[in-house]
Amino acid sequence: MTVLRLTNITKRFGPLVANDAISLELASGETVALLGENGAGKTTLMNILFGHYVADEGTVEAFGNTLPPGDPRAALNAGIGMVHQHFTLADNMTVLENITLGTEPLWSPRSGRRSAGARIRQLSSDFGLAVEPSAQVASLSVGERQRVEILKALYREAKILILDEPTAVLTPAETDALFKTLKMLVAKGLSIIFISHKLAEVMAVSDRVLVLRGGKLAGERRTAETNRAELAALMVGQELKAPEVKPSRAGEPAMILDRVSTKGTGFRLENLSLTLRAGEITGLAGVSGNGQSVLAALIAGTETPASGEITIRDRRVAEWSPRAALTNGVGRIPEDRHAVGSIGDMSVTENVIAERYRTDRFSRMGFLNWTAARSFAEEIIRDYDVKCPSPDARIRLLSGGNMQKLILGRALDSEPAIILANQPTRGLDVGAVAYVHGRLLAARERGAAILLISEDLDEIQTLSDRIIVMSKGRLSEPSMRGERTVAQLGELMAGHGLEAA
Amino acid sequence: MRLEPKPAPSITVLLLYPVAAILVTLVIVSLLVLAAGASPLSVFGLVAKGAAGSQFALLETLTRATPLIFTGLAVAVAFRAKLWNIGAEAQLYIGAVVTVVLGTGALPLPAGLLIPIIAIAAMAGGALLLLGPALLKTRFGVDEVVTTLLLNFIVLLFVSLLLEGPLKDPMGLGWPQSPKVIAEAQLLRIIQGRRLHFGFIIAIVSAIVVWIIMKRTALGYEMRAVGHNPEASRFAGIPVNKVLMKTALMSGGLAALAGFSEVSGLKGNLTLDLSPGFGYSGIVVAMLAMLNPLGVVVTAIFVAGVFVGADAMSRSAGVPSYIADVMVATALLTMVTAMMFTRYRVRWR
Repeated sequence: MTVLRLTNITKRFGPLVANDAISLELASGETVALLGENGAGKTTLMNILFGHYVADEGTVEAFGNTLPPGDPRAALNAGIGMVHQHFTLADNMTVLENITLGTEPLWSPRSGRRSAGARIRQLSSDFGLAVEPSAQVASLSVGERQRVEILKALYREAKILILDEPTAVLTPAETDALFKTLKMLVAKGLSIIFISHKLAEVMAVSDRVLVLRGGKLAGERRTAETNRAELAALMVGQELKAPEVKPSRAGEPAMILDRVSTKGTGFRLENLSLTLRAGEITGLAGVSGNGQSVLAALIAGTETPASGEITIRDRRVAEWSPRAALTNGVGRIPEDRHAVGSIGDMSVTENVIAERYRTDRFSRMGFLNWTAARSFAEEIIRDYDVKCPSPDARIRLLSGGNMQKLILGRALDSEPAIILANQPTRGLDVGAVAYVHGRLLAARERGAAILLISEDLDEIQTLSDRIIVMSKGRLSEPSMRGERTVAQLGELMAGHGLEAA
Repeated sequence: MRLEPKPAPSITVLLLYPVAAILVTLVIVSLLVLAAGASPLSVFGLVAKGAAGSQFALLETLTRATPLIFTGLAVAVAFRAKLWNIGAEAQLYIGAVVTVVLGTGALPLPAGLLIPIIAIAAMAGGALLLLGPALLKTRFGVDEVVTTLLLNFIVLLFVSLLLEGPLKDPMGLGWPQSPKVIAEAQLLRIIQGRRLHFGFIIAIVSAIVVWIIMKRTALGYEMRAVGHNPEASRFAGIPVNKVLMKTALMSGGLAALAGFSEVSGLKGNLTLDLSPGFGYSGIVVAMLAMLNPLGVVVTAIFVAGVFVGADAMSRSAGVPSYIADVMVATALLTMVTAMMFTRYRVRWR
């Protein structure tokens, strides 16, 4: 029985066609994976299904009824539940409150707390979603929060569950638990749409795979009748070729963190030591949220050590700030290119000079030399193959890949001796990924010490000369290229075998 | 109903939407004028005539625009860096207090020296007043909207205290007013016998200087960057807190110049009704100008014209002059809405 039918969904954002006549059917008890790179249109399609966006063309039918466009409540009432990539929970409320939020009549004199609690416990035990209803959401781990999101959908009697990149924040073990839950749900007759760009998971969990590429449906396969290579080719539209990486000989230590601790309000590092060597890429693997962002901030200069020492080329650093990092030759590629790497409403020119507008080249006596700034922007645009209408265009208008190339140009143009590359290829298309990898390898060849932070284990294994795993703020012993298997790295990512320093 | 972003607006859109906003404003105000029992066309005619219908009216409008240019610039500078200075009113009064303290004979200097000294001291006073909220914001995350807004009342009461005490004019027949500033501390009139004074010229020059700072200097670049995205600015090595401090000094100083110019150029002394809300109107002026320093001059003259014209109109047409407040406020709302529509479109479903 078909429970959900999307017919010829088309959605345009200005000149960009995010979804181009995409059709999808979902049977009851079926798990369909929606596979595609970032920007392929998966999330847009699901937002249309859920009523967050209105499609320009096409219809959504659930259980035989056409859903009114742009009405999330209709989607909810029709039994569609969505677990977003970024959780939508109120931290200061309990699990029970979060789950029942919006399900109770507004003017009811008392809320049916007790029966709600009982139902949540029942659902938890039925589907292996262990979580305490009275716990405050702020105190939960990421995996538990995801369970709350799923419970929220089940509590509203969802028959169709949409999971948007559900494993991005999970450890391998948590991922396995999630997959078990999904199997139980399907066994009870629920239908699942599983959105991902990770081939292994898609193969493990789905019955059928729809591959999206550039907003179009690139192919549809039964999972049993396909393999990873075929899906990968469908996803990127060409044969994937891993970059050739020649082994390198590591040089002198370029940057040393010696028993550094941070204060700060969020995640804290304690007595962390790390050495980055010239001519070597050090890969930092780990599930996101295990302290990578604090470590990255520390190297970028936005976080200062509360104790411990930072040494750069044999000189102990006294003052530490973003500007100090820059003057000490640290090139930084931030994790979030929109929020941190660029100022969206300023022009390309204004963005590329952000790290060096105070130098003689761009300013004199406090007055900026816009001619020099503009020619520098043109230089970066040319050297780094950035596609943009003009240096005066607002950087917000650039695609993710071109924005990243610009940030790469800004960071690497001065040939820094130390490079922080934090998630440098997240959300980029294959061409841009290859470009970024090529640039990082070229920087390694000229002797830069590079710290590559990535959640993509494939990327880490391909590029890194040395791999370190980070879990709960601690670092593993390094392993050389090819020394540890994926399973061993996964164990470390889950925090097994990491000594307290 | 929801908003969807639109691609970059064309020049025609950017020019047409403000015109549409003005038309909508006139329509809405017309309804109110009709409700007051007068003819909209004649009322608008009278307002225009009262604002710019004669040399006297025009000069009066420019006189009224002078403090608005200063407070508008103060707000434009601060808002550009997303420092929400709602306290231009207080900074204006501090500027006026400094002017009176130094200008009533305490410094026996020739005008060529005395006036610049007073102007700079007044700016310093206003600047320091805004430095407090700026420090609280950067150090402890205290919301500057609250602190600057509440400082307005504190400063006004403080001025009231001064006018009943140390600054009270002994010859003032008991009125809460300060003595007049000496002749050497007075700004000259531009045209003999008219009220327009050199404060207007200072305001225009200030607008040009602020425009140059915002466009061409590293500081202006930093202020814009911090306003658009403080996190990215910090990451790129821009000293965000320092920039906010500099912004506060500039903004407070500009607002204080309004107080200086009103006392030195127009009123001669300090009273509690020196400013009929110039500090708050400065917000409207700056927003209407979309924070462009040169635009501030234009919108300040527009807002001043509406007020001056409405005063004249109410005397002959019998419609209350409060219609001016309505008109300015409606213009602000329609203009802000129009600007939003240049970047977003509305989906009703």
